[in-house]
Amino acid sequence: MRNEREFPSAGGAGAGQGVGARLPRKEDDRLMRGRGQFVADIRLAGLQDVAFVRSPLAHALIRGIHVPERFRGSVFTAADLVGVNPIRAVSGLPGFKISEQPVLATGKVRQVGELVAMCVAPTRAEAEDIAAAVTLDLEELPAVYDMRKAREPGSVLVHEHWGDNVFLETSFEVDISSALDAPIKVSREISTARQCMSPLEGRGVVATFDHRLDQLTLYSSAQMPHITRSGLAECLGMEQGRIRVVSPDVGGGFGHKGILLPEEVCLSWLTMRRGHPVRWTEDRREHLTASSNCREHHYKITVYADRDGRLRGIDCEATVDSGAYSSYPFSACLEAAQVASILPGPYLMPAYRCRTFSVATNKCPILPYRGVARTGVCFALELMLDLVAAEAGLEPGEVRLRNLVQPGQMPFDNITNKHFDSGDYPEAMRRALASIDIEGVRARQRNGEADGRRIGVGVSIYCEQAAHGTSVYSGWGIPMVPGHEQASARLTPDGGLELRVGVHSHGQGMETTLAQVAYEMLGVDVARVRLIHGDTAMTPYSTGTWGSRSMVMAGGAVAAACRELGERARRIGAKLLQHDPAAVVLQNGEVRGVNGSVTLKEIAHTWYRRPQDLPADVDPGGLEVTAGYKPRRDTGTFSYAAHAAVVAVDPDLGEVEILDYVIVEDGGVLVNPMVVDGQIYGGLAQGIGTALYEEMPFDAAGQPLATTLADYLLPGPTEVPAPRLDHMETPSPYTQFGVKGIGEGGAIAPPAAIANAVNDALRPLGVELMQSPITPYRVVEAVLAARDAERPAA
Amino acid sequence: MKPAPFGYERPRDLQAALAVLGEAKVSAKIIAGGQSLGPMLNLRLVEPQLIVDITGLAELKQAERRGDELVLGACVTHADIEDGRIPDVTRGAMQGVAGNIAYRAVRNRGTVGGSLSHADPAADWLSALSALGARLTLRNLSGARMVAMEDFIVGALESALRDGEIVETIHVPAMPASAHWGYAKSCRKTGEFAHAIGAILIDPSAATARVVIGAIDSAPIVITNAAELFGGRIAGDYKDRFDARIADVLLANAGVSNAAHRHIHVSVLKRAVREAGA
Repeated sequence: MRNEREFPSAGGAGAGQGVGARLPRKEDDRLMRGRGQFVADIRLAGLQDVAFVRSPLAHALIRGIHVPERFRGSVFTAADLVGVNPIRAVSGLPGFKISEQPVLATGKVRQVGELVAMCVAPTRAEAEDIAAAVTLDLEELPAVYDMRKAREPGSVLVHEHWGDNVFLETSFEVDISSALDAPIKVSREISTARQCMSPLEGRGVVATFDHRLDQLTLYSSAQMPHITRSGLAECLGMEQGRIRVVSPDVGGGFGHKGILLPEEVCLSWLTMRRGHPVRWTEDRREHLTASSNCREHHYKITVYADRDGRLRGIDCEATVDSGAYSSYPFSACLEAAQVASILPGPYLMPAYRCRTFSVATNKCPILPYRGVARTGVCFALELMLDLVAAEAGLEPGEVRLRNLVQPGQMPFDNITNKHFDSGDYPEAMRRALASIDIEGVRARQRNGEADGRRIGVGVSIYCEQAAHGTSVYSGWGIPMVPGHEQASARLTPDGGLELRVGVHSHGQGMETTLAQVAYEMLGVDVARVRLIHGDTAMTPYSTGTWGSRSMVMAGGAVAAACRELGERARRIGAKLLQHDPAAVVLQNGEVRGVNGSVTLKEIAHTWYRRPQDLPADVDPGGLEVTAGYKPRRDTGTFSYAAHAAVVAVDPDLGEVEILDYVIVEDGGVLVNPMVVDGQIYGGLAQGIGTALYEEMPFDAAGQPLATTLADYLLPGPTEVPAPRLDHMETPSPYTQFGVKGIGEGGAIAPPAAIANAVNDALRPLGVELMQSPITPYRVVEAVLAARDAERPAA
Repeated sequence: MKPAPFGYERPRDLQAALAVLGEAKVSAKIIAGGQSLGPMLNLRLVEPQLIVDITGLAELKQAERRGDELVLGACVTHADIEDGRIPDVTRGAMQGVAGNIAYRAVRNRGTVGGSLSHADPAADWLSALSALGARLTLRNLSGARMVAMEDFIVGALESALRDGEIVETIHVPAMPASAHWGYAKSCRKTGEFAHAIGAILIDPSAATARVVIGAIDSAPIVITNAAELFGGRIAGDYKDRFDARIADVLLANAGVSNAAHRHIHVSVLKRAVREAGA
């Protein structure tokens, strides 16, 4: 009699709330009314503010820290932090060199913005006054600011005892010699700028100590609270049980908020030292100059192909500027070491070689940012494929179609042994080409533009490995390896449902989507499902929200917990209906048998309030379940998308306008397509930032030059077009419901598609741009250089 | 990002403001809309000991046509002009400029006098009012003087204002019916400061033109004798006679050494000329 379907509630009376429903987000009611509670909204009695004295130099020996007499007692330096350990994020990859990041600088400073002293006062303004009164006696050292020069012998060293500046070098090769005789050989250098993540809300910390519980409570704008707790405990030498980390509402994470901050350690120490709560709220200048760098890649890359555009091999040397320290828990090598394994992406090729270098410089540690290494890799490879297309005399789209993995090959192991679970990549590309009207754009290009601008079209495609688990991360040997994900589900006495998860929702909409999963399993109305998350004291351990993993992992765990909870309710219901358990089903929030039905609400009421009505042999486990989940195969889901852009470029002003943008996305089964669309829009905005606007330049002294949002440009509403979205839904064979992680993809492909479109527009002028962002200056400089090159020598 | 401690005065009339400024024994800064000074205070780029808030001065919010010119109080906001609350003597030119300054939130509070006093070369009014031939009344306790826009802006963030002196009014000549106006700028994104501005007020029938190249690293280049830019004469065919090479030389002479930067400036000016001739 049991429903054969895996999702017992779908299609029932409350249909339209389960997996696949476009439900408005529950959390938006408070967020859109300004009723969210972020770290800076927290008010605790006796709270004082902290401002940091930060290094003004990129590289210097600390000769002295002078604190005016009147501020002694309000200023703390490394000398005060006895027993506090530096942040160590060690990778187990062979040859990795360890950096120790002191939470307050000792001996020397290695980046602008490094914490040197912390100042505490009743208000932030007063704390900043104290910080301004502290003077540093620094002996400036030459700065290591260029990652490629930093690799050369004789370079100044960031960490002297290493002997060089390379955190880690990796290499991977499959038969590259077989490609060398290919008729098409294209070599270029390609680079992506250093960026800042720039979530709406920066980092922020409130720390307080509860003597009753003998527990430090750290409120932090963090996306991985359990990992933060582990890191804090290691730095402070405390039992983990004595620490509680709470992430309240968080205004965007993007990877930046997965990192253990020296500020978190400092404030934890300070509240215990001072006996009152303390707060630090990152301001935008701190965010830009001291904390949140990402993306800076350089590629020397050669692509080999046959005349028909088919790839024979890729040879690449990738360098990533890892900054001064290895950040916890992802390490300094997350970007570079991944480049080697993900560069080939969804393309077929018989030969491949890649060497990578994670290089230490006197800059902020490089942190994972939405898409992590994939944005750079996609940029490099997709720009190169357009050059192959030009050499082969083919449409760029055609070169992709000839080299993409075919649906019949799924599941597919690519040349770096990435296991693609499912999908039809050529179909995504074909749909994108049709939707962008490639023929129409070519016709328009032939006619020219009345305003003197030039039109270009560009495509790109990528794959996004998501929710990869133990088997992938154990090989990295970093402080965090995801295992089984757990979730708790509890029916309340009035028939509501509480879910507890260790992941954190900070824009992903999980208060809605995980409730949809629960609805799918139990038929409890989404409105009656509460998600409890972001608190180590109240949720199962989890590595948290990163790597586009939460819907796959926490969604699977919620489904598992609800399945078990439903089973227990069904057995109780059978008792109440005086049925054989085998003869009842759970459907639409009630247990049904031939004689009648009993609702979950009635079952919960009986269990909690009228246990006298239960038979003596009822299952004592009750209506609260913690269950764990891992996909049948934990090498990750592979979502993907083809992006296509049409741009107009003004060759005299260098301005780029996006005229049309198409995304054909396959994220497997979508739990809430509206939420997925939102993820893609947001990712696209960030991708456009990478493509055209965002850049953190440094001078030769290692000074970051974009210190406000007037200099660090983020795309705004007028810079982000409304993209046209098309969804394919190829289920993953390995996950609950067939879902795939899609959180990052929107930010991966736009820089490549837009750069290819700009290059397509300017190719007749002999212009080629191989660097992000594509700024007006870079366009005009390239146009003038091409004109000069064409002009015959006098 | 909190300002260093400062004193604060909010005088009730201009005379009181001039007295505070003239008698201050400490470093003082005037604040009006605060759209530039606010961030600079918060970044501690400036740490004045005294802030004199002139937003309460009714005299500086007035605007009226007096004969052949518009006299604008320094505290008139960009939005006042954008929304048409100010008499129009420039046949919509100022309204067009005002409506594209930064973002509406900035325009609501930012003032013309504040923008000029701050003297950021990328600010629109520096270039636009220079091209329109505006003059400013500067006043301190001992009296007033009048200077032309091109003499007022001395360099980047540098004006002719002396200690204790304040921009009181801006005088904009009425634009003749025979004159053409063109104003163009290039910004990295909507609402950002321009990295190139071109402005032109040209009257082919009178054979006169004022041309401005702005948003360079120093004071805008103001060309009052502009015939050379148009092949030696200013006439109805000026649009086709614009000589980019002359503009390029002017930029090079002004210290813009980078060829791509010069090319962008010249292209923007060309766009302004095209707009005037449209």
